[in-house]
Amino acid sequence: MYTQGLDQKGQSNEKRSALESAADLEAFQKRIDAEEKIEAKDWMPEAYRRTLVRQISQHAHSEIIGMQPEGNWLTRAPTLKRKAILLAKVQDEAGHGLYLYSAGETLGTSRDEMVGDLLTGKAKYSSIFNYPTLTWADIGAIGWLVDGAAIMNQIPLCRCSFGPYARAMVRVCKEESFHQRQGFDIMYELSRGTEAQKAMLQDAMNRWWWPSLMMFGPNDSDSRHSAQSMAWKIKRFSNDELRQKFIDATVPQADFLGLQIPDDDLEFDKKTGHYRFGEIDWSEFISVIAGNGPCNKQRMARRRKAHDDGAWVREAALAYGEKQAERRSAA
Amino acid sequence: MVKNRPSVGALLDSATRGTEMNSKEWPLYEVFIRSKSGLSHRHAGSLHAADDQMALDHARDTYTRRSEGVSLWVVRSSEIVASDPAETAAFFEPAEDKIYRHPTFYEIPDGVENL
Repeated sequence: MYTQGLDQKGQSNEKRSALESAADLEAFQKRIDAEEKIEAKDWMPEAYRRTLVRQISQHAHSEIIGMQPEGNWLTRAPTLKRKAILLAKVQDEAGHGLYLYSAGETLGTSRDEMVGDLLTGKAKYSSIFNYPTLTWADIGAIGWLVDGAAIMNQIPLCRCSFGPYARAMVRVCKEESFHQRQGFDIMYELSRGTEAQKAMLQDAMNRWWWPSLMMFGPNDSDSRHSAQSMAWKIKRFSNDELRQKFIDATVPQADFLGLQIPDDDLEFDKKTGHYRFGEIDWSEFISVIAGNGPCNKQRMARRRKAHDDGAWVREAALAYGEKQAERRSAA
Repeated sequence: MVKNRPSVGALLDSATRGTEMNSKEWPLYEVFIRSKSGLSHRHAGSLHAADDQMALDHARDTYTRRSEGVSLWVVRSSEIVASDPAETAAFFEPAEDKIYRHPTFYEIPDGVENL
């Protein structure tokens, strides 16, 4: 399960927001401030609804696209045990996508519309899935680092002000720790392997570290809509806070695995109790978001093809369902 | 910026497909799970399915992959009748002024026990 602070490019909400009275907005904010959950049919500001639809659908799309890099290794998992585990993990990602689409739909946007926006490229998904999985160690790195970063993002979302999203996240987070541990387990096994396996492990670390840090989105100073999302309690921590938490938690694990972190500036700051780290290459992040990552085209082409190839199945199932319903009503 | 976007032709194609699909979207079902005997069913989420049996199968695969349930209910979302959140205050108002329905309304004299 993966979210990302990439959805901060605000669209103009002026028109519909103009119809919302100050009293309504104030009453809504009061409910939020009192930690009341907002439910799907409750009144909410149009901008709140739109922010959520965007965030939840992007989150869902990330789960769905996120199946591809790992699915790539299903047929080549080194043992039957690893294969069974990876299958369960990838199936979970599909499930997470479905929980999220279901939460998004409660806001009045249909599943087809959300999926359509993904297929036309209108909606984004997490930049991390545009990187290739070149070796088996990458599957370990995804579980450990990518799912680890996702967990940091998602745990606070369990307390998000929008009830259906929060409930979906509770379900997701329960399953997510299996994902992270199975990833670490792959890493741990390789870390005790041959020199070639250790080298493969370090190579995976080198390629996945920085993109994982980018998953938390732009620096707070560049994240335009974060403040509003915080006020609405959709977001509980800023991008930079979450990124720091992730680094603080992960560096000791990397040490344990005997891995070098590919950052010369990484240093433990005794005063603050946090790791200081180097500057993220934001031009890479922007380029991947813009569609120019190593695998953007492949991921989208594959998703579109899967969608198109499945069209006849969806139609046939519906025709069957309708026929059964007719028979029942005739009987 | 838009390098990976599909061509206009592909966009149109997919826009048409989108519209066509909209009318053909599988119906929405709400899913309720009884986590173990003795507890009531509880709403878990929703899903799309072409028919009732598929809804049950999908509910199992989507919501009970880790033995979260011993019983599942699925019901078409369109069949659910719900109270209106905008009318919440008025709708539930009749219960508001009947404080005598709660045991705490009654004063128990000192010395009286087991009441």
